[in-house]
Amino acid sequence: MQTDQLLPLFSGVLLLLGLIAFFLGRAKAARVRASGTAMQAQPDQYAWFAVLATAGPAVTVGAVGAFVMLLLGAQIPTLYLLAGSLVVAALGLMVGMRQVRPDFHARQAIERVIRWVLKAAALISILTTFGILISIVFEALRFFQMHSFWEFITGTVWNPGASFLAAAGRAEEGASAAQFGSVPLFAGTFMITAIAMLVAIPIGLLAAIYMAEFAPPKVRTLAKPTLEVLAGIPTVVYGFFAAITVAPIIVSIANFFGLDAAFNNAVAPGIVMGIMIIPFISSLSDDVINSVPDSMRQGSLALGMTRGETIRDVVIPAALPGIISASLLAVSRALGETMIVVMAAGMRPNLTANPLEDMTTVTVRIVAALTGDLEFESAETLSAFALGLVLFAVTLSLNLVSVLMIRRFREKYRVNNL
Amino acid sequence: MSQTFDEISTQLRKRHRRSARLKWISMGALGLAGLFLLWFFSDMLGKGLPAFQQAQIQVEIDYNEDASRMGRAALDPEVSRLVSRTFERLIPVQIRENPALLGTTETRWVLADGEVDQYLKGHRHKLNEAQQALIDELAAEGRVELRFNTTFFTTGDSKMPEASGILSAAVGTVMTMLVTLAIAFPIGVMTAVYLEEFAPDNRFTQAIEININNLAAIPSILFGLLGLAIFINFFGVPRSSPLVGGMTLALMTLPVIIIATRTALRSVPDSIRHAAFGVGCSRWQVVRDHVLPLAMPGIMTGSIIGLAQAMGETAPLIIVGMVAFIPDVSASLTEAATVLPAQVFTWAGEPEKAFVEKTAGGILVLLAILIFLNATAVILRKKFERRW
Repeated sequence: MQTDQLLPLFSGVLLLLGLIAFFLGRAKAARVRASGTAMQAQPDQYAWFAVLATAGPAVTVGAVGAFVMLLLGAQIPTLYLLAGSLVVAALGLMVGMRQVRPDFHARQAIERVIRWVLKAAALISILTTFGILISIVFEALRFFQMHSFWEFITGTVWNPGASFLAAAGRAEEGASAAQFGSVPLFAGTFMITAIAMLVAIPIGLLAAIYMAEFAPPKVRTLAKPTLEVLAGIPTVVYGFFAAITVAPIIVSIANFFGLDAAFNNAVAPGIVMGIMIIPFISSLSDDVINSVPDSMRQGSLALGMTRGETIRDVVIPAALPGIISASLLAVSRALGETMIVVMAAGMRPNLTANPLEDMTTVTVRIVAALTGDLEFESAETLSAFALGLVLFAVTLSLNLVSVLMIRRFREKYRVNNL
Repeated sequence: MSQTFDEISTQLRKRHRRSARLKWISMGALGLAGLFLLWFFSDMLGKGLPAFQQAQIQVEIDYNEDASRMGRAALDPEVSRLVSRTFERLIPVQIRENPALLGTTETRWVLADGEVDQYLKGHRHKLNEAQQALIDELAAEGRVELRFNTTFFTTGDSKMPEASGILSAAVGTVMTMLVTLAIAFPIGVMTAVYLEEFAPDNRFTQAIEININNLAAIPSILFGLLGLAIFINFFGVPRSSPLVGGMTLALMTLPVIIIATRTALRSVPDSIRHAAFGVGCSRWQVVRDHVLPLAMPGIMTGSIIGLAQAMGETAPLIIVGMVAFIPDVSASLTEAATVLPAQVFTWAGEPEKAFVEKTAGGILVLLAILIFLNATAVILRKKFERRW
């Protein structure tokens, strides 16, 4: 029997058993109560307890069985598993029915179960993080068994082309051995990130200063959501915009100044990524600047400082931890941004300081490695996970530093809503 | 004081000028960001709106013997180059299904070739001069026209620009979003309820909190790696399916829903809880009957925003293989499918010029849906916003 037929069948039978449990439990409780005995809980609560006693163990058995099969590769015939968990359900139903007694606290029992279910749901976020970490680390380790970690970190040539032939058993045909030096990829990533930050930080910060310090309330309430539209535009759209509209403009501007620009230059995705990031910086900076206590502004103005001087010498230094935090979050986002660079940056690993040349990034190589026709075991495919591991480590530490900075700001000025 | 009054007042004027300059510069920065937005939207509209119109041509179809083998034979050879090849392929099928057609002729409007379309819209095209002259002539007779492009909304992807549409991607998006919502909404709300209403403040809950904040800031492509390694390679969920895409996006959306739900729960005042406890409710009854209903509008708003984010996401879906070429509407959650942003990405990679227009058209549809979703969230918030 197919697995996708099994699941509906299983849930159907379970639903039926649950319904039976509900009505039997309620009927019994109602009967006991009708006989004049005082009970600890309402009939419906007994009924729900019977349902939980029936379905809970059955689902647990089914899930554990399925997991054992997948994880350990043990061959339990699915029909046995199904039958087993239904037997458990029937047993649970009997136990549940026996518990329908005047002195049983059904409500407390139900709530204990609910609490556990809620706790299990909360665990999923931790499981996800572990899942990301485990899946990336294990595959990355397999990659580092094939290629040296040192070469990966310090090598300046990224040339996985030959690994395709090696995977096909034709290694000798490749002109050169596959090389996985990630330095050019990280150089390209940092170049594009730097351009994005050059666009986003000044514009975002100045816009935040205007919104928080100068703008009339009407402009403020209009400007903030409008800016946030920029953050809501899908990155694939930005990628198209960068490749089709911005890149040709960059090329013609470069030509005008007598410079030679590649069509896949780093400037176009950098600028567009910067535009995308403006709201991250402006929104958080605006919140932070707003939470700088007014007494500081009043003190500064009372001493005869102008508005501009107050902002420059009092408000901004006070808000600095929050502003740095916003910028670090923005850097982390730029490093991990994929679609803009996939569509508008180049594919060629290129170690250069000239932003008008084409260059590639870490995320571009990850996508390239995983969308080809290679089998999963090849070094190139696995290299995507090694790159992902470094990306994970870098963005995670940036996020943590950013959280620490904002926490410091919050403690200093006792702000609750940041 | 060694400074004279005049010196001080010039200095003061300078300082005030500098202050004013900061005001104008910062205003300019905000204006610049607004200009970017304007530029972006006008550019997308300019490129995408033509996609909603498509050239159609009136031809005479002669259902003869040859046409039952090769559709092209049914058309006037001069005109047949101007008709979409997708239509020519249909003719033999029509004859096979309805043999009575054989030997009859018919005049009707059909889809024109993509190059004709580009020529009529004044874009670059590959037509030679004789063909251009023919189109001009037909246009003068009213036999070639730009009409509303229903094909764009009723078909799936195609290698021919004039016949490609967004239907299969739209259906894939709906299925993927259903999976995402079915997983992320219950788990997200349950997590938030646990953390906000039940959890004691200990290491375990702190770990969960830090984790959720971190998950919200992890690059989306890493979720794709997770989906590939765990869901596809380990659990054997079919590649490219809405199921695996939806599961991957659900993990990404989870933190958004959790954070929004917690804010909504926190805004319900404690007096409500106290009153419910006072009449003998248990903790779960307080949450289920009083706190959750009051927090529901906020939870909905947060979930819609999370859904809109997930809907625009492409990178993790590329990693789990949802960029497949899908001409037909897929029927089940385990079949290969594609979503709107992935369709946009696929079209953007097509070399033919006519696909630029399709890409921008797809983008307009995507943006329209996202703006609709976000507007709904804003309206919901406005309508149910309550100051306690």
